[in-house]
Amino acid sequence: MNAFWIILTGSLVAISCGLLGCYLVLRKMTMIGDAISHSVLPGIVLAFLISGSRDSIPMLIGAGLLGVLSTFLIEFFHRKGKLQTDASIGVTFTWLFAIGVILVSSYTGQVDIDQDCVLYGEIAYVPLDLWITENGINLGPRSVYISGTVLLIIITFIWLGYKELLITTFDPALSVALGISTTIWHYLLMGAVSITTVASFESVGAILVVALLVTPASTAYLLTNNFRKMLYISAFVGVLLSFGGYYLAVWLNGSIAGAMATTGGIIFGLAFIYSKNKQRILQTNPTTASDQINRSI
Amino acid sequence: MIEQVENPIIEVHDLTVSYDKKPVLWDIDLTLPKGKLIGIIGPNGAGKSTLIKSMLDLVPQSSGFVKMFDQDIKDIRNQISYVPQRESVDWDFPASVLDIVLMGRYGKLGFFKRPRKADKEVAIDSLRKVGMENYLHRQISQLSGGQQQRVFLARSLAQQADLYFMDEPFAGVDAATEKAIIQLLKEMSSDNKTVVVVHHDLQSVTQYFDWVILLNTRLIASGPTNKAFTHELLEETYGGKLTLLTEVADLLKQNELPNREKKVNK
Amino acid sequence: METILDFFSFNNVNVIYVTIGSMLLTSSAAIVGTFTFLKRKALVGDAVSHSILPGICLAFMLSGDKNPLYLIIGAFITGWLSLIIIDLITSKSKIKEDSAIALILSVFFGIGILLLTIIQKSGNAEQTGLDHFLFGNAAALVGSDLVTFTIVALILLIVVYLFFKELTLLAFDEDFAKTIGMPIRLIELILTTLTVMAVVIGIQAVGIVLMAAMLITPVAAARFWTDKIKVLILLAAIFGAFSGLSGAFVSYAAPAMPTGPWIVVVISTIAFISFFFAPKKGIISRAIKQRNVVQQINDENILKSLYQLGEQDQEYYTNRTIEDIIQRRPFNTSVLKKGLKRLKKQGYMESKSGTWQFTKEGKNKGQRTVKLHRLWETYLTKYLRIAPDHVHDDADTIEHFLTPELESRLEQLLEYPELDPHDSKIPYQKNKIKNNSTQV
Repeated sequence: MNAFWIILTGSLVAISCGLLGCYLVLRKMTMIGDAISHSVLPGIVLAFLISGSRDSIPMLIGAGLLGVLSTFLIEFFHRKGKLQTDASIGVTFTWLFAIGVILVSSYTGQVDIDQDCVLYGEIAYVPLDLWITENGINLGPRSVYISGTVLLIIITFIWLGYKELLITTFDPALSVALGISTTIWHYLLMGAVSITTVASFESVGAILVVALLVTPASTAYLLTNNFRKMLYISAFVGVLLSFGGYYLAVWLNGSIAGAMATTGGIIFGLAFIYSKNKQRILQTNPTTASDQINRSI
Repeated sequence: MIEQVENPIIEVHDLTVSYDKKPVLWDIDLTLPKGKLIGIIGPNGAGKSTLIKSMLDLVPQSSGFVKMFDQDIKDIRNQISYVPQRESVDWDFPASVLDIVLMGRYGKLGFFKRPRKADKEVAIDSLRKVGMENYLHRQISQLSGGQQQRVFLARSLAQQADLYFMDEPFAGVDAATEKAIIQLLKEMSSDNKTVVVVHHDLQSVTQYFDWVILLNTRLIASGPTNKAFTHELLEETYGGKLTLLTEVADLLKQNELPNREKKVNK
Repeated sequence: METILDFFSFNNVNVIYVTIGSMLLTSSAAIVGTFTFLKRKALVGDAVSHSILPGICLAFMLSGDKNPLYLIIGAFITGWLSLIIIDLITSKSKIKEDSAIALILSVFFGIGILLLTIIQKSGNAEQTGLDHFLFGNAAALVGSDLVTFTIVALILLIVVYLFFKELTLLAFDEDFAKTIGMPIRLIELILTTLTVMAVVIGIQAVGIVLMAAMLITPVAAARFWTDKIKVLILLAAIFGAFSGLSGAFVSYAAPAMPTGPWIVVVISTIAFISFFFAPKKGIISRAIKQRNVVQQINDENILKSLYQLGEQDQEYYTNRTIEDIIQRRPFNTSVLKKGLKRLKKQGYMESKSGTWQFTKEGKNKGQRTVKLHRLWETYLTKYLRIAPDHVHDDADTIEHFLTPELESRLEQLLEYPELDPHDSKIPYQKNKIKNNSTQV
């Protein structure tokens, strides 16, 4: 049963990250995702110190706001300070993350987070934190509900804003010309990424969230030319790496989050080799798509 | 040679556009007639793309205003279509030809709404007009340059607008595509649609356009092709920038006033 | 306070070692970071630093002890490998650089974490302290470890010194460097190697997780103070060293604390101070400069209006009321009053019982603004073919920015026209015409 809960939580988190990751990869903004996932740490610790718990909604929102704030800061230093973007990202997230780590080590006694948790989460302990009603009915681990809710939010967000997200990603100039605001959708997306990283923090830690954001999406990007399929494949790879990660970790007796990232790397590697081979076959085969196109002109 | 027209479809008034405080277009003042095929001509860095982008409010205007159909652009976006430069988007994007053309319908759909069957029909019809109806489900990464441009054009047609802006639609396309595109543009203008095109190739100007705008950070001419597209005016357009103007632009960018008054006092 | 004094008395030899060591490590990272920053590849350092974790763990697993030499070699190999794979992914597939960097850094780090937890659970007693590499522990910089790290840092500095010219050119203008026949690939290889070296030695004090900050933040801060590359490197090194010093102090004052986050907070603070307060480039100084420009424009407009009033009445030195001026040009009253006071202080204006009058200098200045306005209008109509009724707004801005040099060129180009497009007289100053004509 433990294995089931862990894999379920991992999958829920990985699907949320995988879906959003598709947009980050296509917008060439994965490093912003990296920055957000680091920047939410001080927010999580502060919210913890104030509210005393880790799974309250205010905390999800408070810490999520810090993630959005970090993207504002990156923009601000870039626009007003004329700092180049890569440096602006680097300066901002290392600073916020450093503050978070200092808070964690200063309040170890009061906060139920330690450096290990920051690094690789506590997905192994998910089955221990159960939600038990007043009548004594065991509803299963809390994290499943949190990550499940977040996944629902993300799916609703993508479902409602599908065409706006698509067009602002593919052709921002056209979307402005059509009257669809790129700024609003940018910050909505950043907000979604923030909430997801906060919810994922507990399971996989601040740093490995990036692996969940990027690896499934990049794999899917290699495997398909259809955006809808890319979303599905990315979500599926998320589930796959949470299965693989769990059993790899059990086998090697190591961190589950680390093993999930490792599995993600392996899956990506396989996809990379596969797509290379497919290209080669296409190139040597005379009746390829591009030839047909050339002929038809 | 700047000819103003009665009841213009576009009115540009004193438009100055700056990037990072440095003006790249100075005091553009022009009016354009309805139902014409209009070419914007000028050397590299003359601000041709900037001119249409600022008309569409895609880049901020430092001063002046633009009116289309005698209204503010924000109120009539539905009547306007814009074709960006082909290189401005990532053609590795996982999407099919139909996906891209359907984007042209997004402006007409509201928030939450998905494209319907009718939208799809408009999209397919637009693709037929550019000769790409057999490529509906082709991935855009597999298209040639000319085909990409046709897809962009189809997307623009799917907007069913009255006024079209196109940024270098002939750049990097094969001769057949160029011919097909210009044919289509001419049909559109005979349908009383207005098409404004940023254009590079001087050879074809007289065959293609009814009206030309000559631009080199400043407006040199705007008028019917036979009057504005003259040797003399072209020489002025391509004869380099005005050095004084360039220096003043640089000065504005630095935005540092030298302390003149102290010198005068001493 | 006592701890601070204790620390700086350097009674303990170890404290000296730790201090010198961490300053050396952080400043060498800052120096190498300058080049990656200028190449706009700052985030590559983030990938490298995360990617050395599996190397360290593997080296430990194979050798069974924490000899820094082995760890450095292991770290070096995976750090290097990460850059090669990023290069491979971006060149051989449609995946863009940012995704490749994020992918490699997170996967390598994940593998590292997996290995680290395996080691921790293996029960090898030697492993305690390996996790210090994650967030840094400057206090560990003693004895033979320090010697090894110092040697690597010195090699790094010497290489930077020897290849300074090439590295600068590579960072500044790669295409140009190529055209003059510089072996770009080789220099790039050197820079990559230097980056990996800097990261490998820096993690002892700063830690893997935050090492990227030591490559990026010092130079980002320094960039706000200078445009000269040598000064830039020196400043970055000083900023880096200072944050290293603070790290050593933290490890002395609170031994349980990881040093990396403190070093990063110190260097970030320096950076934020620079972003906001650096003269010329800082956000605040630029805002002040802009305010001054706005004030100056306002003041010149006041003088201009007074001059125009004088033109109307053919009498320049009469007393004018605030209302007179506002009638000529719609100023905001309080802004106008402030401007008048400023002008009085500067000697352009005199006031008598609520009325205002030019001084000689004030009149000259107003006259110059009016002249520039009309000259520019003339220029616009003549050279930019703008209709006379459309040139006013533009001239209203430009009149405040033309330098004396441009002014005289404008006069010569237009051949000292007498009238502007609206047939107003362009008011030259008699003596100045002579000056200008002798100048050129």
